[in-house]
Amino acid sequence: MCLRIILISFFLILFFHQGSNATQINVGKQFSIHSIQKAIHQSSNGDTIIVNSGIYFEHNLIVDKSIKMIGINYPVLDGEHKYEVVSIKSSFVTFSGFKIQHSGYGTLIDPAGIKIYDAHKVTISDNIIDDTFFGIYTQNGKNCVIKNNQLRSYGKQEQEIGNGIHCWKCDSMQIIGNTVSGHRDGIYFEFVTNSIIWRNISTDNIRYGLHFMFSNKDSYITNLFRNNGAGVAVMFTTGVKMFNNTFEENWGDAAFGLLLKEISDSYIINNKFRKNTVGIYMEGASRCEMQKNIFESNGWAIKIQASCMDVTVTKNNFFGNTFDVGTNGTLVLNSFNSNYWDKYEGYDINEDNIGDVPYRPISMFSVIIEQNPPAMILFRSIMVSLLDKTEKIIPTLTPENLKDETPLMKSLSL
Amino acid sequence: MNKVIKYVVIDILRSKIVLAYTFILFIISFSVFSLEDNTAKGLLSLLNLVLFIVPLVSIIFSTIYVYNSSEFIELLLSQPLRRKQIWLSLFYGLSASLSLAFLIGAGVPLLIYEPTVTGLIMAIVGSLLSVIFVAIALLAAVSSRDKAKGIGVSILLWLYFALIFDGLILFLLFQFSDYPLEKPMMVISGFNPIDLSRIVILLRLDVSALMGYTGAVFKDFFGTNVGFVTALSVLVLWVIVPLKLSLAKFKRKDL
Repeated sequence: MCLRIILISFFLILFFHQGSNATQINVGKQFSIHSIQKAIHQSSNGDTIIVNSGIYFEHNLIVDKSIKMIGINYPVLDGEHKYEVVSIKSSFVTFSGFKIQHSGYGTLIDPAGIKIYDAHKVTISDNIIDDTFFGIYTQNGKNCVIKNNQLRSYGKQEQEIGNGIHCWKCDSMQIIGNTVSGHRDGIYFEFVTNSIIWRNISTDNIRYGLHFMFSNKDSYITNLFRNNGAGVAVMFTTGVKMFNNTFEENWGDAAFGLLLKEISDSYIINNKFRKNTVGIYMEGASRCEMQKNIFESNGWAIKIQASCMDVTVTKNNFFGNTFDVGTNGTLVLNSFNSNYWDKYEGYDINEDNIGDVPYRPISMFSVIIEQNPPAMILFRSIMVSLLDKTEKIIPTLTPENLKDETPLMKSLSL
Repeated sequence: MNKVIKYVVIDILRSKIVLAYTFILFIISFSVFSLEDNTAKGLLSLLNLVLFIVPLVSIIFSTIYVYNSSEFIELLLSQPLRRKQIWLSLFYGLSASLSLAFLIGAGVPLLIYEPTVTGLIMAIVGSLLSVIFVAIALLAAVSSRDKAKGIGVSILLWLYFALIFDGLILFLLFQFSDYPLEKPMMVISGFNPIDLSRIVILLRLDVSALMGYTGAVFKDFFGTNVGFVTALSVLVLWVIVPLKLSLAKFKRKDL
């Protein structure tokens, strides 16, 4: 009996304590508090701050308590081109529904629209971030969610602009449904592990749509990367899963749909590469599986350097690429099997949908171009077609082993 | 002069060779487009046709025609007609019938299956190539009295433009591979009408590959409107220059 009373009163105290603690603070012209920073000072952990529409000049807004910040009708936080707009220095913060604009500029302190310092379980969602140096910058974060934000910047040169969503030394991050354009790199990962990048759209960035370094065991799924300066780069990483992404219209000398450098144990499945100068460029990649991708209208579908090994390219569709595969040496430690190549001219007598003669995806002319780029001017001339035809019969310049032994007669329905 | 052109055209039509040429072009173009599942591949096959067969037929047919009508030319010369008029009528008649043959034979299927700028450019370039090789044929025919020699010269000229020139360029590219050759290459390509036509069409078909460093140089020039107009005017020069040369020779020629 005594115990029961004690228990009930304990829960009652707990209940009232919680209730009194989770207060809601309104900020806006019509309320007594006009400054967001002041509201944060007055709040305590677990509170909710509702910010009503209007324009706020808070210099550098510091969020150092575990609170929920919600903007109504996108209140504007303006950094006046001088300050980092929002700094989140506490865990368990939710920050959503704001419009953040005009952050400061500087390569030494890297000011951002929103920067997360050493925190976990922070949620940044549904914000509009316009004209900032860095967009959303996370350093040493864990279990943070960055969701449905729209980031737009107006960089002209690589040195003058930061990255859209920048994560450094993080773990278990979720980057979902964001739209990034006009930054240096759309999404940048360095030392980020066990994270997911899902349903983002990264277009028209100056350097890479997505830039990945030393970030193991991450996945990126169903993203769109279009018309970025140099496509997408994944470097010095192991265990990356790339599923169902679209890489489009990355044009230029050093532009690739997807650049893989020193990658191992990774999976590239169900992606679409369209109209890139080079669909996938691989250097020092090992143990990677490429399956069920579509390569369409690229200059080179795949450029695979001789430094790659154990890369398996199976069951992909190749349509209308100028060159299917390019390489820089004669050593081939990779396999190309059971793909559909629209340039395949072989036959299939037993009608099992597998061509009876192997397909050599490297044409002689692509080897010539590799050695002597200006020779591109001779492409599709009769001389070159003749050379290619003779090379197909008696391979001399092209690597003997690079061939698809079981090319498909019909394209895969992907 | 119009009368002479009319006679030339009627004469060409009567021989039925040009009709057969039109028909063959028509069949090839249609089958090329209906055999391939995507029109891009059809365009590529047609490109080979334009760059290979059109110049060959134009140059050989025109050379033989000029030799065969030498008596007709002599007859005309006995009339109160200027040599310039006679020669130009021959040129107009030949180029009109051959480019018309191309436009009907290949241009119509091209515009049916590929009604884009690329198709239009291909049709324009093909008919320009027909006219260019008529002009070159006239020059070859006027330079020698001997029919066998004249036809031999025109075959050699075709071989040079279609094959040997590219071989030489490839040789040069590898000999001077240490030097930046992109810009000289653009000028050199102007010395071969077949190459120039090929590059103009290439910029439409393989634009992704051409955006690479070297390709970008070509694209930056030929891909712009200025570059395209320049390329077309160089092609027109390829008509005017051989024609003027042959005309000058014909005027002074002892028949």
